[in-house]
Amino acid sequence: MSFFSVDNLSINFGGIKAVDGVTFDVKKGEVFTIIGPNGAGKTTIFNLVSRIYQPTGGKLVFDGTDITNVPPHRIAALGIARTFQNIELFEHATLLQNLLLARHAHKKSNFFSELMFLPSVRQMELEHREAVEKAIDFLDLQQYRDSFIVNLPYGVRKVTELARALCTDPQLLLLDEPSSGLNVEETEDMAFWIQDIRTLLGITVLMVEHDMSLVSAVSDRVLALNYGRPLAMGTPGEVQSHPEVIRAYLGG
Amino acid sequence: MRFQFKTSYNQDIRLFKDRIDTSWYGLLAVAVLAVPLLMSDYYVGEATWVFIYAICGVSLMALVGYTGLVSLGHAAFLGIGAYAHAYFLQHGVPWVVSVALAVTITTASGIVVGLPALRMTGIYLTIATLAFGVIIQEVFSRWESVTHGFAGMPVEKPTIFGVPFHDEWAFYYLCLFFLVLVLWMTRNLLRSPTGRAWIAIRDSEIAAQSMGVNLAIYKSIAFAYSAGLMGLAGALFAHKIGYLAPDIFTILLSIQFLLLVIVGGLGSLHGAVFGAIFVALLPPLIAILRDSIPASMNEAAQAMNIKLLAIIGEGIGNFLKKPGVEAGIFGLILVLVILLEPLGMYGRWVKIRVFFSTFPMYRGATFKRQKSYMRSERLR
Repeated sequence: MSFFSVDNLSINFGGIKAVDGVTFDVKKGEVFTIIGPNGAGKTTIFNLVSRIYQPTGGKLVFDGTDITNVPPHRIAALGIARTFQNIELFEHATLLQNLLLARHAHKKSNFFSELMFLPSVRQMELEHREAVEKAIDFLDLQQYRDSFIVNLPYGVRKVTELARALCTDPQLLLLDEPSSGLNVEETEDMAFWIQDIRTLLGITVLMVEHDMSLVSAVSDRVLALNYGRPLAMGTPGEVQSHPEVIRAYLGG
Repeated sequence: MRFQFKTSYNQDIRLFKDRIDTSWYGLLAVAVLAVPLLMSDYYVGEATWVFIYAICGVSLMALVGYTGLVSLGHAAFLGIGAYAHAYFLQHGVPWVVSVALAVTITTASGIVVGLPALRMTGIYLTIATLAFGVIIQEVFSRWESVTHGFAGMPVEKPTIFGVPFHDEWAFYYLCLFFLVLVLWMTRNLLRSPTGRAWIAIRDSEIAAQSMGVNLAIYKSIAFAYSAGLMGLAGALFAHKIGYLAPDIFTILLSIQFLLLVIVGGLGSLHGAVFGAIFVALLPPLIAILRDSIPASMNEAAQAMNIKLLAIIGEGIGNFLKKPGVEAGIFGLILVLVILLEPLGMYGRWVKIRVFFSTFPMYRGATFKRQKSYMRSERLR
């Protein structure tokens, strides 16, 4: 039984088959990357996995549980966290508040104890803070703790989003174009962090990425998509030299 | 400039930042407690209005400022609270129980109104709450067995556990107590998961969802909590105004509440209180100016022997007597605030504080707004 498997996944938007019969499985502890030209359906797969879209066909199985019909807000508690292609941070809150929100799936308090801020709530808040500080240390975000997201530069926001995903204590991390908008140096940092996330924290990573240097540096296996259909799967080298993939990117 | 040295995570959780902060709030508390000893009944009464409006402000702030759901029907919640409280008092229900019932009923109606909020966003939700407000106002005027319609409904003075709160000063302290309670509870929510979930919903629903926030539940909580506070404010409002009629709880009142939170500054509890001071004290200020400007200008004209001054004073006085001037001034201020200070009075307050705390080093561009276009295609 594989750790996370996608079986014959499809979704149609009207007549457009955005994802059409995609099947793959991710082993525990690997970095699995999905590549493909624009509009290939990569982000759509992510939105299907994080349950924002309802698939028209197929099955998603995570760690032995069928998550095809789980509501989106239950996904985080199961251990799946994600980042977004166009940064979806809570802009008018501080970085700390953003990360603390990621602990939402682990909250144990109810509304009335929060209204009174009972000692148990305070205790829980301190525990969450401890967990958040680990992510802050891991990604070197100390100096931005109390800054509002609107005042932070793009590169830092990108890292903040990664930190927020880590704060949910995920087993499977979905990274939607972690390097988009980053400069070369920041992209290299990102590559190191992704490797650390896999080796030090033991988190399985499913990634969508365009930067082939990052893809070959960190991924164990790569799946190439075009028009919602799988073209090739294998090691980064194999996929990059696959004739179908070359044709999809270069035409001909 | 003072630097806060943090040594424990508790420092980020507690209500007041540090000792200096605490002592400022202590001073404020002393000043507020001393008002009835130093001022005449008229001013104590006006200050009571500020407290009641501040509770309304906190209520709307939770919904509009923190959760990002704009409501134009909050006067209806105020009315439901007020009528329910007055009705129960008339039927001999003890004060505390009556308030609790009024709050429960408004909370329940808040949940009912909140249900469409789970499906509608932005302007559509606002229109739905507007419709709710109009319907409830109609109910107030038609359901005569309970509300006595346009004949009006007198409200007894509050007596709690046999202790009368009939005097202006006693009622002042009662309202102050509830305002502090409401501020404390709301602050507690804001520093725990519920408040963060609200902020998350306001800033990005999709990310909130992916982090485990159940949108339906937290939007409903926001509506219920906001309506409940409005019910509490309504009970106090009923006592303060003394006589309930359906034409009090109009859309104009709802707009005034919205104005309150915008002028005060969206997304801060300070803003709710600042806005309340502004909204509650502007009408009496206009009334005072209406009488004092012509008189003082007339005096000046006689002293300096310039007739023009007297004519100008007379003109301003007459202008201020015109119907609708108050609404006009409110509107003008709203426009100016949105143009010049989008963060409202709280934003201005923060700027002044930063100016003094960094005094010789203040940089003019600290609060300069930057344009950024980072979210190209947003998921809905």
